[in-house]
Amino acid sequence: MNGVVKQLTVISGKGGTGKTTVLASFAALAEDKVMADCDVDAANLHLVLTPTVVESGDFYGAQIAVRDAKLCQQSGECERYCRFDAITTTDIDELACEGCGMCVVACPNGALRLETVSCGQWYLSETDYGPMAHARLSPAAESSGRLVTMVRQKAEDTAAERGLALVLIDGAPGIGCTAAAALADVDMALVVTEPTLSGIHDMERVVELSGHFGVPVTVLINKADLNAENTRRIRDYCVENQFELLGELPYDESVTEAMAHQVPLVEYRDGPVTEGIRQAWSRLSQMLSA
Amino acid sequence: MSERSKPTVSVAAGKGGTGKTLFATSLAVALSEIHPGQVQLIDCDVEEPNADILLHPQITQHTPVNVLVPQVDLDICTRCGLCAKHCQFSAIAVIRDAVITFPDLCAACGVCAYVCPVGAITEVNRQVGSVAHGSTVRGIEFVQGRLSVGDQRATPVTRATGSCNDDSMITILDAPPGTACPMQETIEFSDYCILVTEPTPFGLANLEDSVETCRRMGIPCGVVINRDQAGRPGVEDYCTREGIDVLLHIPEDREIAEAYARGETLADAFPQWHDELVRVYEDVIRSLSQTATAKVEE
Ligand code: SF4
Ligand code: SF4
Ligand code: SF4
Repeated sequence: MNGVVKQLTVISGKGGTGKTTVLASFAALAEDKVMADCDVDAANLHLVLTPTVVESGDFYGAQIAVRDAKLCQQSGECERYCRFDAITTTDIDELACEGCGMCVVACPNGALRLETVSCGQWYLSETDYGPMAHARLSPAAESSGRLVTMVRQKAEDTAAERGLALVLIDGAPGIGCTAAAALADVDMALVVTEPTLSGIHDMERVVELSGHFGVPVTVLINKADLNAENTRRIRDYCVENQFELLGELPYDESVTEAMAHQVPLVEYRDGPVTEGIRQAWSRLSQMLSA
Repeated sequence: MSERSKPTVSVAAGKGGTGKTLFATSLAVALSEIHPGQVQLIDCDVEEPNADILLHPQITQHTPVNVLVPQVDLDICTRCGLCAKHCQFSAIAVIRDAVITFPDLCAACGVCAYVCPVGAITEVNRQVGSVAHGSTVRGIEFVQGRLSVGDQRATPVTRATGSCNDDSMITILDAPPGTACPMQETIEFSDYCILVTEPTPFGLANLEDSVETCRRMGIPCGVVINRDQAGRPGVEDYCTREGIDVLLHIPEDREIAEAYARGETLADAFPQWHDELVRVYEDVIRSLSQTATAKVEE
């Protein structure tokens, strides 16, 4: 963790709670920051911040087995030892192949080798709100914690070069390798949740994951007036766990309108949601600089 | 799809939170009324399994999902370092006197045990998740995979869950969000994929990725537009252009959102949706049999 540059990850566990809407608004409110879209499986931040790409490159994250047909004697050892049903004496299933190299060591004729394949692209861009690192995973590629780590690294490097104080990270949903890579070693996680039973369930799981990395958690409830009882449960949950509740945003259909116009909500319209996000941000920036 | 077996329909979404699980469970409930005892719902969204919240099943059994990870016998080990050299995932390291394994990173491939010249490595089970089995009061057979928090390899859990697919039943698969490996591994088990999306630029961008994925995998697909609003033609236009069936429109409606928040499916909270949901399934079956006939004629 860098002592000067602070890192905030906005997560939700469950998709569709308004994580990206909140993050895009923070991008408009915060100063001296760089954005990192780590939701590489369903990258959406660029649809709101409309970046201009200034630098990009291939991401070589995975390896797959490649066969030299001239050397192959059809021994079938590869098929016998591969644990992922990825290889036969005639075929290699690129989707199933984990690139583990078992077939390479098992082949008595040295006919197999591992090759690195491009599984996506990373981008460094400029937006109206500051620089942004993002990525696009190739369609067939495995969702990759390493691509997330790379996006974060690009953002951190940019922050260091330009003397920026903050990295704003749009986290990945779920609790798997991409979600974990977006959370590791950040200064704070903001969980955007909603008062639905699934929202609560997924919040609890992603909070557990944050605990795994020792990352402090704060909570923002979106669509808070959708179900009073569930909202109360989230409040109680925050009290029990000593998480600061940063606010409660009301259910508001104009949120999707802002999205449709591709501008951060706080720049699109004033209203209770916008006000709630502003307040949440002013409290968060206090906590981050403490 | 063989003649005797019943079709498997997966329900997927390019991003989470579009109403995928709401639709999948609602479809299962509606179908279970006209095909009692013949519907199975499998929740393959193992990172965030939520279908139980809407279906309230009675769980009768949990099966652990294990992977094999190395265990090193330091008395036999010569610290030669071959295991670490061949491990592609940096999941085993030889440092002076010790051999350290990192089960979080381990792909359970077995390479280290294979290359160890003195047989110092045995492979032992490590639990990475579990599969729950049960049924609902309506007689829907329920299967749900769950990845343990802190474990990052969803694949073994997704596979173990998807393979509970019972050919003699109408199976609905709730797929993980996105278009990466876990989603592909789930829809691979299905004959048809229903893509749930929203009529926003986010929804459209993610839908395009999903359609591309289905096409590449040769799985026919159709679209359900959730939170539909007048004056948002983007998704509809895209589907028309691409020749993709729009199977259902679910309007943006606070009452539906509130029912979902309480943990109720569309079919439970709004009986008027029942026929529409059954009709979606029939459209899928018709489209599948047309494709089958077209193939025979070729
Ligand atoms: S590299 Fe590993 S997963 Fe890929 S084909 Fe070889 S043994 Fe199978
Ligand atoms: S390959 Fe076997 S002997 Fe060599 S360091 Fe690894 S465990 Fe020890
Ligand atoms: S099983 Fe494979 S991934 Fe795990 S430590 Fe051994 S070589 Fe590495």
